Amino acid sequence: MNAPLYSFPGQSGAAARGAEPTDSAAPAEPAAPVAPALRTVSAVLAQSQAGLGLEDLERDLVGLGPVKARIRDIAALLVIDKLRANFALQAQAPNLHMCFTGNPGTGKTTVALRMAEILHRLGYVRKGHLVAVTRDDLVGQYIGHTAPKTREVLKRAMGGVLFIDEAYYLYRPENERDYGQEAIEILLQVMENQRQDLVVILAGYKDRMDTFFRCNPGLSSRIAHHVDFPDYSNGELLLIADQMLAIQNYQFGPGARAAFAQYLARRIKQPHFANARSVRNALDRCRLRQASRLFVDPQREFTAAELSTIAEADVRASRVFHSGPEPSTESST
Amino acid sequence: MMTNPVGRITQGQFSFLAELSDAEISLQIEYGLRKGYAWSVEYTDDPHPRNTYWEMFGMPMFDLKDAAGVLQELNHCRQTFPSHYIRLLAFDATRGVESIAMSFIVNRPAKEAGFGLNRQEGPGRTLRYTVHSYATDRPEGERQQD
Repeated sequence: MNAPLYSFPGQSGAAARGAEPTDSAAPAEPAAPVAPALRTVSAVLAQSQAGLGLEDLERDLVGLGPVKARIRDIAALLVIDKLRANFALQAQAPNLHMCFTGNPGTGKTTVALRMAEILHRLGYVRKGHLVAVTRDDLVGQYIGHTAPKTREVLKRAMGGVLFIDEAYYLYRPENERDYGQEAIEILLQVMENQRQDLVVILAGYKDRMDTFFRCNPGLSSRIAHHVDFPDYSNGELLLIADQMLAIQNYQFGPGARAAFAQYLARRIKQPHFANARSVRNALDRCRLRQASRLFVDPQREFTAAELSTIAEADVRASRVFHSGPEPSTESST
Repeated sequence: MMTNPVGRITQGQFSFLAELSDAEISLQIEYGLRKGYAWSVEYTDDPHPRNTYWEMFGMPMFDLKDAAGVLQELNHCRQTFPSHYIRLLAFDATRGVESIAMSFIVNRPAKEAGFGLNRQEGPGRTLRYTVHSYATDRPEGERQQD
């Protein structure tokens, strides 16, 4: 009897219709603006700017041929999927979970960052951020601690890429009460059910990841792309050194580049060689030596070239040149 | 209550509108995340207007980038408490603000018990009024059965 004089939008009661007689006479909603149909690969690339991302990848990352090829394949699939969508050729959301295996310092984390960017440009992850975690961030310390911890990390990674470094640590076969298995199960569930929300990238050393997947076959089959990162050759490592120095506004002086090539040739034979990471550490130590060489001259005025040049002596001072084949650790000079 | 003839409680934002769909909730969450708010999920079975502090469902979610995470937590809460009131809160941690910036109900029981007005006579024919939630007539845990 006390019918209200107003109505809730979306409510389709007699009262609502009585109160708003103009509702049915309202003009039909304007048709949604039709997006220009994408017919060519370049149209899709122009829209998403993903082509640019691939070129950057080619230019900035030295070597890594098989990795780049695989990333190009994935990007091509995503672009073609967009074209297919125009013809209503519906394919299910592609499985983009990946596993990066390779020795230390081969660029797994760097490529994962680039991957997040490329997937974001192609519109397959909504935000394109990278959440890098290790076992400590996923696995709890007591019963009931693991699930909320893992879920929280997954929530943070939604809309982006979850990068699990040293993923094989998640599973510890020697301890059957380990909580890592619980984290893996939650991870599996989300990887399967929320493919459109996040992409998971596992990374680790080749042999240990193989053992890890043998123990968790469910995980292996849910990862579509197993990408192996090869070691860098000497020439590639030298190019990486050039790039690193250029980024930090340094350059090799006369003879220094050749000396560094010799340094690399010796260093590779020693244990604990970590590819690009070792190059970076070696260059950092060269910078230290350059700085202390300049430091002893308190009265001298330096030119910009002097301040940014790494001399041959700075490289030659490395212990690698003086000691024999004795084992040297990463922290040695 | 007389001012609310359809018997839906109206607290927080959007409470005079029809129920928000999940897509609409996502858009609101996205808006909050863009502003840098931290979302949290709370539930209660006592919707009295002075019941400010509802039960927290999990921790507030800081550092999220995408609405899917909040929505996942909300759906988890809906599964656990299908006929409770559930609301989403956005906390603005900006220095000097540090308070709730958004709050809206996203789940309510199929039949809402509503409120009654209690009158208490005081000395000298004075009347004191208070609002009484019918939901609390029954013990906790049985309030949202039907």
